[in-house]
Amino acid sequence: MNHMTEIVTRISGVNPRKCMKCGKCTAACPAYDEMDYHPHQFVDMVETGRLEELMNSRGIYMCLSCFACLERCPRSVEPAKLIEAVRLAVVRQQGRNHLKPEQIPALLDPDLPQQAITSAFRKYRK
Amino acid sequence: MTYSYFPGCTLKTKGRDLDIWGRAAMEALGVELRELPQWQCCGAVYPQAKDEIAVRLSAVRALASAGELGTDLVTLCSACHHVIKRVNRDMRTDETIRSRANTYLQLETPYAGETKVLHYLEVLRDQVGFDQLQKRVVKPLTGRKIGAYYGCLLLRPSGEMEFDDPENPSILEDFLRAIGAEPVVYAMRNECCGGYTTLENKPYAVKQAGRVLENAASCGAEELITACPLCLYNLQVNGGGKLPVRYFTELLAEALGVKEGAV
Ligand code: SF4
Ligand code: SF4
Repeated sequence: MNHMTEIVTRISGVNPRKCMKCGKCTAACPAYDEMDYHPHQFVDMVETGRLEELMNSRGIYMCLSCFACLERCPRSVEPAKLIEAVRLAVVRQQGRNHLKPEQIPALLDPDLPQQAITSAFRKYRK
Repeated sequence: MTYSYFPGCTLKTKGRDLDIWGRAAMEALGVELRELPQWQCCGAVYPQAKDEIAVRLSAVRALASAGELGTDLVTLCSACHHVIKRVNRDMRTDETIRSRANTYLQLETPYAGETKVLHYLEVLRDQVGFDQLQKRVVKPLTGRKIGAYYGCLLLRPSGEMEFDDPENPSILEDFLRAIGAEPVVYAMRNECCGGYTTLENKPYAVKQAGRVLENAASCGAEELITACPLCLYNLQVNGGGKLPVRYFTELLAEALGVKEGAV
């Protein structure tokens, strides 16, 4: 197992080898069209050590944290946890924050709930 | 009945209405919600990574504080409920998270997930009872066709949230019946509205909100209710006003005759 695979499986607690490649997670994913790699591919690519491609993918920022994949996976693989772990492996690196406070004022509108800002900071930066 | 209550940041600001009507309605039903003397933002998103400890601490503080007061902890915002309920389970079941969180916090009594976390709707269903609620209604919402929007956070992962059937929930429809309205069931009521990506990928949030509203309207819903300020924002603002979207507590306060004058 390469170093990144080891980090991602450890912090997510996910064992990608439990996956039976049924694709149900991807079928359930409402962000499917926004992702370059789909949830079942994520699981497969972590298992086969293709971490670099995942770390450079757009999909890690498109996941909605809706837990549909996790709920509907017949093998309890929990793909959402892997996606979060790959994103963390990126944003924890020096200079790799995906969202900067300076970007926020332009994104605000009068109705935007605090929840949207807090969760974006939690997801996209360290 | 007395509970500790965790309102959360959004309910003190943009989501104030959810809180105001929620408190007024519980008071009318004879349930006391006592806001925790001190609380902090729950973080708005559950940290799925096992090695993220600091971001779990505000939830643990709230849980331990309710425990010290000897009460169950009631939440109202879907996101707060999701975060606090899951962190509580971590404290109960994950030895590493428990010991690291306790090392940080140095509470007088170490916390190990003892506090019971209840969503406001669970208090209505299981403590007050929808049959009793029905008897207290003074202005039934007769003839109003309302779609319940559950979204994600209350239902999934069902093994942890233990809230309702994740694929065919009924608590909000039962609630709507109790206040005299006509619930409209539609397929996308438990699908994500895309709200979490409103800052990152607005075109998607707009598209997904549109899909939910389209589906609800085509099934005959004339308005929607939710327990989540982010869903409300996304469906209402990004959804472009196709259907009115309200907090369920607004309708509850209305039915109980306490909506006007609630502060
Ligand atoms: S949690 Fe993410 S990957 Fe899983 S179904 Fe939802 S959007 Fe897709
Ligand atoms: S649903 Fe589960 S078992 Fe099926 S492909 Fe996805 S992760 Fe693998």
